[in-house]
Amino acid sequence: MSRTIKLDQPVLAEHLRRADHLRRTFRRNGVAVLNLVSSPGAGKTTLLERTIEALSPRLAIAVIAGDVQTQIDADRARAAGARWAGPVETNGTCHLEPWMIEDRIADLDLAAIDLLFIENVGNLVCPAVYDLGEHHKAVMLSTVEGDDKPLKYPVMFRNASTMIINKTDLLGLTDFQIDRAEENARRINPDLVIFKLSCKTGEGLTAWFDRLLEMANSLLPHKTQGNPE
Amino acid sequence: MHELAIAENIFSTVLGEMEARRLAAPVKIGLCIGSLSGVAPDALSFSFDIIKAETPLAETRLDIERRPARGACQQCGRRFDLEEPAFLCPNCGSHRIQVKDGRQLDITYLEVPE
Repeated sequence: MSRTIKLDQPVLAEHLRRADHLRRTFRRNGVAVLNLVSSPGAGKTTLLERTIEALSPRLAIAVIAGDVQTQIDADRARAAGARWAGPVETNGTCHLEPWMIEDRIADLDLAAIDLLFIENVGNLVCPAVYDLGEHHKAVMLSTVEGDDKPLKYPVMFRNASTMIINKTDLLGLTDFQIDRAEENARRINPDLVIFKLSCKTGEGLTAWFDRLLEMANSLLPHKTQGNPE
Repeated sequence: MHELAIAENIFSTVLGEMEARRLAAPVKIGLCIGSLSGVAPDALSFSFDIIKAETPLAETRLDIERRPARGACQQCGRRFDLEEPAFLCPNCGSHRIQVKDGRQLDITYLEVPE
């Protein structure tokens, strides 16, 4: 004989609780947080370097750089002028989880930061499942990949609010059709905000910077109100 | 292959419930996995079977309900089954679809010996 006990709880209940707590903490400190995801090699770290170089006088930028191995990306963000950069070496895990972010920011003075980038592990599958308390998930692809990528990884493109198409300077050298990539992405998520840019030539970066400034400024009132806790 | 991490989450949740409610090891764990959850049921079963060996849950089986995705068109209101990758309203052709069901990744029940 056996009996059935109803649970009806999310498998990731604890993850969701921690992500919500992180989101509240970020908001309370007036930090805009962006979770940046892509395949390996799309240019996440280079975009962060360009962004930090351009915006650092105006914004205090921090970077959490997730990688399976090495601290190279965090070193690059620091060299570009990030106010703070911390690596998360996952040692094999294919994605970042909220507790890794909690551990990483434990010694960071969030009130001194305006914009935090979480550079996820290069992977379009697993990071789609994990909420890290970010305000926006930005998915990046590049013109040396397939323009059908949004159709192949729909969960990721559906869960993102923003799409960045990088390496526009290489358009015409590959079979990537930028209109087709946008159309495929909008079939998955009609509300995606799309940026087309080249970290190499600087084309299109201004619109991206403006968006980040707007995001950070929208949270400034929370910063000036101070921290009640 | 985050299914291994998900299997570990299920494992520790169930061990926690066993301790909190003073339960024997369940014979079955009921799961409900939506088709839009981003988790592959077969890979999850495979992962769970690997990690359960030589633990208190060695004899425990997963009972997985696969929940299809449902959505509602935000233009015309039509409700319909969603099929990956791109959702398209069969009535008006809109891609602006609100997901109503199919995102869940839940532990629904434990079946334990009396």
